[in-house]
This record gives sequence, C-alpha cells and structure tokens, in this order.
Amino acid sequence: MQRALVDGSRAHRTPILPVIGKDLTVERGGRHILKAIDIEVGGTGTLVLIGPNGAGKSLLVRVLAGLVRPSRGEVTWAGRPPDRQRAPKVGFVFQRPVLLRRSALANVEYALAVAGFARSERADRASAALTRARLSHLAQTPARVLSGGEQQLLSIVRALATEPEILILDEPTSNLDPAATAAIEHLVNAVRAEGTRVVLITHDLGQARRLGDEVAFLHRGRLMELSPRDAFLAQPASAEARAFLRGEIVL
Amino acid sequence: MHDFTTAFLEALRLIAVADASLMEIVWLSLKVSISATLLAAIVGLPIGALVAMGSFRGRSVVVLLINSLMGLPPVVVGLIVYLMLSNSGPMGGFGLLYSPAAMIVAQTVLVAPIIAALGRQTIEDLKNEYDEQLRALGVGPVRAIPTLLWDGRFSLMTACLAGFGRATAEVGAVIVVGGNIDHVTRVMTTAIALETSKGDLALALGLGFILLTMAIVVNALVMGLRATATRAAYA
Repeated sequence: MQRALVDGSRAHRTPILPVIGKDLTVERGGRHILKAIDIEVGGTGTLVLIGPNGAGKSLLVRVLAGLVRPSRGEVTWAGRPPDRQRAPKVGFVFQRPVLLRRSALANVEYALAVAGFARSERADRASAALTRARLSHLAQTPARVLSGGEQQLLSIVRALATEPEILILDEPTSNLDPAATAAIEHLVNAVRAEGTRVVLITHDLGQARRLGDEVAFLHRGRLMELSPRDAFLAQPASAEARAFLRGEIVL
Repeated sequence: MHDFTTAFLEALRLIAVADASLMEIVWLSLKVSISATLLAAIVGLPIGALVAMGSFRGRSVVVLLINSLMGLPPVVVGLIVYLMLSNSGPMGGFGLLYSPAAMIVAQTVLVAPIIAALGRQTIEDLKNEYDEQLRALGVGPVRAIPTLLWDGRFSLMTACLAGFGRATAEVGAVIVVGGNIDHVTRVMTTAIALETSKGDLALALGLGFILLTMAIVVNALVMGLRATATRAAYA
C-alpha cells in the first residue's frame, strides 16, 4: 500500500503541461512533412486540429506525444523532454483502436499496471473507468469482439484510467456511426470539464464546433493559425483556412 | 495379401491389449519428444523474441538462417550431435551417446529452429501492430516482450505443436545418436524401420497406426487452438 501511494503520487508530482513544440520539423525521404511548427498546449479546454488530408495533423500529435522524434526542433513536457515514465500522463487515442488480446477489463488493468498502480487498486479503478463509459457489462468480453464504437470507447477509457493531464485523440470518430460518435463526444466533453487538456483531430467541422474551445489549422505541414473557435469559424485569418471552411479542395 | 491381413489384425490386437513391448516404445517416444519440445521452446522462444524485437546489423541474415534451419535434415543433425557426443567429441565425457538423453539433445536441435522461426514471425507481427500503442502507454522494450508472448500465446502454442509433430515423426536423428537399442533407445520410428526390415510387420504396423493417430491428434489440437483463438478474437 505504501508503494501504491508512492507510485501513484510520483506520477502526479511530475507534470506534463505545458506541452511545447519548438521549430518542429519532420523530414522523410527529402519531403518536409512538418515545417517549423511552434505550438504551446497548456491551460485547459479542447484544442481541435483541423486541416486537409496530408496536412500533418496526425504526425504533429505523435511528435507532441513523444511517439515520433522530429528531424529538427524539440518537444518538452513541463520543460523537460518526453520520457517513458510520464507517458501514462499523456493519454493517446488512435484513429483505429489497438486493443490487446484480452478482456476489456484486462486492457484497462494493463495500462494501470504499466503506470505503476498497485495490483490491489487496479481492478477497482478499471471497473470504475469502464462504468463511466457505460461499458461495465462488457468488462469480461474479449476486447476485440466489441463493436467499433465500443472498441474506441474502451481505448479512450484505457487512456483515461491513468488520469492523464492531457488527452490526445486522432480522429477518434472517423469510422463510427452517429450514436457511437455522440457517446465519445459526451465522454470527451466530460473529461474536458474535469480539467483535462484535450487535443482532438477531426475532419468534421460540426465536431470542431461542438467540442472545440480553440482551433488550430494545419496546411501542408505548416501551422497556419491557432485561434479561439468562434473567431476561427467566423473569420479565419488565412486564405487556405477560408477555402477549407468553404469546402473547397485545398492542396 | 494374406500376410498383410494377418499383420494388420495382429497390429490391432497389439494395440487393443496394450502390448507391453509396444507400450514401452510408445512411452519412450513420448518422453523423448515431449522433453525435446519443451527444451526447444525454452531455447527457441527467447531467440525468436530477441530477433523479433531487435534491430541490429545482419538481422535479415539471422532471420534467413533461422528460417532455413527449419528444414534441417534429421540425419545431418544426428551426425553433428553424434560427433559432439562421441568419445572423441567435445562433449564425449558425458557418456550420453546411445541414451535417451542423446536423442533428446538431437531432437531439441531439430525442433528449436522451428519454434524460433515461427515464434519470431508471430511476435514480430504482433509487435508491428502494438508498437505505437504500447509506447503511448509507456511500455518499454523489456516489458513489451512478456506482453507480446502472452498476446501471441495461441500462435506460439501452435508453433510448439508443429515442433512436437516434427520430433515424433523423424527417424534420422534418433537412430544415429540413439542406436535403436531394445528397451533403451527404441522409439516408434526406429522400431518401425527395424521391424519392417526384419519382416515383423505386425509391430511395425501397430506403431504406424499409433504414430498416425498422434499426428491427427496434434493437428486436431492445432485446429482447436485456432478455432478457440478466432472465437475469442484473440487471433
């Protein structure tokens, strides 16, 4: 029990925010996929990342989460480079959920074990996390027989179980039906209301409107603007963003 | 034809009454092949996992070698193990030649590459699928290995069964290092070879039936594992 306290609180004592990227550049095969992006994600609320396909949105969040090393520039979490010990405090949800070949409950318990939660705490925490997303009746079901929407909810639950300071979601609802999308938006909004910083990639302007406090617009590897949601939607600064909002193809 | 019918019926009788000499051979075969498969798993799975997880120079050559070793000719393995264990060989001091232990060693050498190669493929495929997610959770390479082994458990068990099948069916390695000595190193395959050449078809046929049955049982287990894995969406 002593150890549980130490482990659990150690993670709390090491903050993540603000997540800062400076001069982030990623080059692959001679092409610059991210170009000198400066971004700071601190405070609270939901930051929505939008932009056409290939703009570099997914890559940018991977770099910020420490999953991809930039060719140039650096990422810091609360002033220090990303490290594995603090990774559980950065929740990451992929577009296509990757679930372990275990029960839904065991998937959540696994994340808790990695984050250093004591064995005695894991089952209770995992059950509570599932209950919150209304998945408790599926706790013992193998994760990979769940429906697409349930799988994505579960992967969000798993990311949240370790009480991250920031939750990053890469197009979490792009393959889901309206009901599943609504369930996920509801959960994301609840998490945001509790003070967790949320970064969400979406192609859906309606979703950006519903969830976003701020909007960042990416185009061809550049961060064109980052503004409060209403300001962005009413009057985007760049010609590319205006074209994007009008539904024109921007290349 | 008459001889064949007699032999066939006699073979069935030997099995039906659980003939003592027949059972002794079957039992030794199982002991040798199961021990060899377990040892091969202990050696082969970590090698497969290391190669799957590692990124080092010459990795593709190592993969090629392990895959090629799956097709090792049993008599060649027998010969090499014979040279190692013979009195003038580097491990001659142990006096293992012509003992069940020698046969276990030979079959382990034969089966370990199969388990290593199939295991490597399984773990590598899983790793490619899980890598980013595990890193996002904060899982390091050391912790990733047991995770991948556990999540690949159905495929890894199948690899071990494939190795066991190979061990029970081979004759070349065990006859070279075991010598087919009655009551000591006589297993099913070597007994079949001997009894057939002696003309005692009944015992040979009886053992043949049992060997075939074991092959069917092993394959049924493999199919059963696959079905279970698919049903539970673990595959």
